[in-house]
Amino acid sequence: MKKLLIGLAGVAAMTLGMASAAVAADKTKVCFVYVGSKTDGGWTQAHDIGRQTLEAHFGDKVETAFIENVAEGPQATAVIERFARAKCDLIFTTSFGFMDPTLEVAAKFPDVKFEHATGYKNSANVTSYNSRFYEGRYIQGQIAAKTSAKGVAGYIASFPIPEVVQGINAFTLGAQSVNPDFKLKVVWVNSWFDAGKEADAAKALIDQGVDILTQHTDSTGPMQVAAERGIKAFGQASDMISAGPDTQLTAIIDTWGAYYIKRTQAVMDGTWETQSTWDGLVDGILEMAPYTNMPDDVKAMAEATEAAIISGELHPFTGPVNKQDGSVWLTDGEVAEDGVLLGLNFYVEGVDDQLPQ
Amino acid sequence: MGMAEAILLTIATAATPLLIAALGELVVERSGVLNLGVEGMMIMGAVGGFAAASLTGNPWIGVLVAILFGAVTSLAFAFLTLSLAANQVATGLALTILGLGLSGLIGEPFVGQAGVKLSNISIPILTDLPLLGPLLFGQDPIFYMSIALVIGVAWFLFKTRFGLTLRSIGDNHVSAHALGIPVLRYRYLAVMFGGACAGLAGGHLSLVYTPQWVENMSAGRGWIALALVVFASWRPARVLAGAYLFGAVSIGQLHAQALGVGVPSQLLTALPYIATIVVLVLISQNVRTTLINTPAMLGRAFVPER
Repeated sequence: MKKLLIGLAGVAAMTLGMASAAVAADKTKVCFVYVGSKTDGGWTQAHDIGRQTLEAHFGDKVETAFIENVAEGPQATAVIERFARAKCDLIFTTSFGFMDPTLEVAAKFPDVKFEHATGYKNSANVTSYNSRFYEGRYIQGQIAAKTSAKGVAGYIASFPIPEVVQGINAFTLGAQSVNPDFKLKVVWVNSWFDAGKEADAAKALIDQGVDILTQHTDSTGPMQVAAERGIKAFGQASDMISAGPDTQLTAIIDTWGAYYIKRTQAVMDGTWETQSTWDGLVDGILEMAPYTNMPDDVKAMAEATEAAIISGELHPFTGPVNKQDGSVWLTDGEVAEDGVLLGLNFYVEGVDDQLPQ
Repeated sequence: MGMAEAILLTIATAATPLLIAALGELVVERSGVLNLGVEGMMIMGAVGGFAAASLTGNPWIGVLVAILFGAVTSLAFAFLTLSLAANQVATGLALTILGLGLSGLIGEPFVGQAGVKLSNISIPILTDLPLLGPLLFGQDPIFYMSIALVIGVAWFLFKTRFGLTLRSIGDNHVSAHALGIPVLRYRYLAVMFGGACAGLAGGHLSLVYTPQWVENMSAGRGWIALALVVFASWRPARVLAGAYLFGAVSIGQLHAQALGVGVPSQLLTALPYIATIVVLVLISQNVRTTLINTPAMLGRAFVPER
């Protein structure tokens, strides 16, 4: 009798297990690891909006999960592994510093697919995806040169990684295309997100005489300071117009939704393969916020440049361009290769800063 | 306003939250309690202050609610460590984590909302004086509270009987208890004062420093305040010096970068911490003075024998 009961219990458990597995198999589970909080008004919020776009698109066919405020480093490994164990089919790790943790966990879970943002290492089940933010920076540089009376802009930077250096260089090249003598002051706050410190950096730059601000950090601190001091600024990663209605010229908005949908569809179709994606304005992975608080001719110029980049006519890193030390980097008409840009560790001429190595 | 004045004002704004939180923690530690929950209480003050100011449109109500939130959070700490004699280190850390998480939850509807700024005071002739005018007579009200707190805490601790009793509890709570002093009651009051100060510091962050609410906006300032108390040998004047030194070097290094000084930025970022530790250690060289000022009962639970 006992054996019969145990046997029945076993069958019941297996049936339940198979049923839930069947249900689970219907839904694709997509998980997100965030470095900041989804209400940061910047980088992480943009990723979360992408996640919500994904959910809205697929409805019942996907289930998403996310964890916020994951510190880059060993803690990230634990979090990513937890997601892998929780049967996520596709895991997006949304910060540069998650690169090695992602690869580490991916090696242990060959059936799970991983996508790492803004990194450069791939493996059989790890794709890296990136956005050509520098295209937006180039447009910003042009706007800055037209709008600034003093010809000096302030750049609040986070960490000296290639992506940030690309942004600084593209901004400078864009500005120089309008005003060859345009100068750039750079302050490194060594943090992706610290509203107070970013605000202090903004104040320091303004006190030193810049009249235009841009940032590669994630809070609205600098936009607020710019609004207070009556100078113009560029938003970052999300539209920051609410923090500076009369201040924001434009912002680079990260629109990850379309990419997330594409990759989730690939997982569903079984066609997912590792690749290195570096999409730009033309692919819709980033957008420019409406051009505001500027004269009509500047707006027209910005729109024309954006169109030229989208059509492929204009590549921000086109020669002749010299390195900061005066040596030649790109000859007349030469376009920088993606490989060089992905590892960019030098400034172009005209950047008033020593690049921290 | 010239660059020198602007820089001094920026330094004062940066130093104020550190100073206020550190002074509150100084009083707490002088009573023998180690409160590692300062960061949690600060961020709760920040969210409470912003929420109240945003809902009522009045930044002063924000200030009051910030103080209240800090004090109530510290009440939880006080109950656990004083009445229940829980481990102070663990409880403090737990409260920091709780404060960070709870504030994120409370603050979620307020993200992205326009800040209500506590405006600077303005005295007709005095504020317009060159250099010192804006610095002494044109700052936000919380700055003046921080200076008043330095004087108040110093006077209270070293010139009043109440303060003497508090310090004696911190040095030897068993003897104090034997003398009939209500040890736990003094500690409760001290902890709540510390929490109120941390809350006020948080209110400064979200009402003056960067008038907005974002999760984790305290960014570790509570921990810096804690370190300042220790390195200042639990003396109010040294806490003032430490907070302003830290603020000055923090702002100074940003200016150095903007000027294009060729020092690696990572070193410059570390400089405020290094400079403050070095200076405060140097001025604390007299071992006897340090020993006299260290509360001997720091971190030890007191359970009154019945």
